[in-house]
Amino acid sequence: MRNLWIFISRYNAFFFFIIFFTVGVVLTVRNNSYQRSVTINSTNKVVGDVYNNLNVLKKYINLGSVNDSLAGENAKLKTEILALKNIDTAKDVIVKDTAGVPQYTYLSARVIKNSITNRNNFITINRGKADGMETNMPVISPGRGVVGFVQDVSEHLATVRSLLHKDTHISVSLKRNNAVGSLVWGDRNSDYRKAYIKDIPNHFKVSLKDTVVTSGFSFFPSGIPVGTVSNTGISTGDNFMTIEINLFNDFSTLQYVYVIKNKLAKEQTELEAKLPNEQ
Amino acid sequence: MSFYNMATPFVYILFLLLLPFGIPNLLLYLIAFVTGLTLDAFYDTLGVHTAACVALVFVRILFISVTVSRDGFDEPEPTLGNMGIKWFLLYAFLCTFAHHIVLFFLETFRLTEFSYTLLKCLLSGIFTLFLVTLIEFIFYNRKVR
Repeated sequence: MRNLWIFISRYNAFFFFIIFFTVGVVLTVRNNSYQRSVTINSTNKVVGDVYNNLNVLKKYINLGSVNDSLAGENAKLKTEILALKNIDTAKDVIVKDTAGVPQYTYLSARVIKNSITNRNNFITINRGKADGMETNMPVISPGRGVVGFVQDVSEHLATVRSLLHKDTHISVSLKRNNAVGSLVWGDRNSDYRKAYIKDIPNHFKVSLKDTVVTSGFSFFPSGIPVGTVSNTGISTGDNFMTIEINLFNDFSTLQYVYVIKNKLAKEQTELEAKLPNEQ
Repeated sequence: MSFYNMATPFVYILFLLLLPFGIPNLLLYLIAFVTGLTLDAFYDTLGVHTAACVALVFVRILFISVTVSRDGFDEPEPTLGNMGIKWFLLYAFLCTFAHHIVLFFLETFRLTEFSYTLLKCLLSGIFTLFLVTLIEFIFYNRKVR
């Protein structure tokens, strides 16, 4: 027993290493799993406050470009209103539920923390449970495509799992021929302006500059522009193509985002959970 | 592919590198653990930096126990001025890469991107090492012998 004790205390560096390293790895793995209980992250009060204050300066610097993008979106919305005013009733395609209430409502939020250099990036926004936020709500950027999904929600803050994360898959389609694929980021690419679409069947014709929009099969409403095709020549060796696209959204200058509340999200999830899992 | 996105330096490890020699191992691990946890809170990557910092401290302890005589450390801290450039570069090199390898592989958490992660790790490591050495030269304070 005494010898064992001497042995342990002589090589204490190694044993301490094992203990602390295991704790670190366990934390990582738990953090990777879908349901998380520990909240040492930026939805935390202290950390959130720090980012909130730091952001004041950055907000001023980016004011010009934010104004431009908001003005651009305003103009676009105004055109749409004009178009809607003299719309043919037979062509009305706004998605409404039976009570005539729109299925999707938008909630604007300010980005208080953002990262683009990691393999898995998160964004923190200044909306929380108090504003009706829930996990897995989709987040888009004003007029410029998808951002990600809500990951964690605290009282007044929320973290968003950005598109620039290894676990984010978004169902998208090519505007031209409705070929559906899965939008992912990463895989030998760390440029925040580029992403890949996987699992598009080989027989579809894809050309450069084709527009990519959300398909509406995931939690995103359909038709949100995502990017344009920039490279079609990636060989995969199977029956599906991988396409490289240029994203419309510039993640490095993200300032304001919209969170989309889908009235039917819960219903859809419950219904789809009843299906046998095919994978 | 921009070079800047490939190499992300983590200069905070200088704090762990420069802790005094006399600190007991357990305290050293605790400091590394808390440092890592604090960083993780801000990076939203719980556990990744923690494990990396602990790995760094392990390499630090091994390296110091091999290269510096156990009884009576002549110098209080392992700085560039105290230990000489050769020793410090090797020390910083080993610690930085131990830290970065754990950091990048835990962050990616899959082996399909092995070579790419390794490249990212290497470039970031060089960047960190460069900045760490630069800072050490700025605060260079050669001991009068």
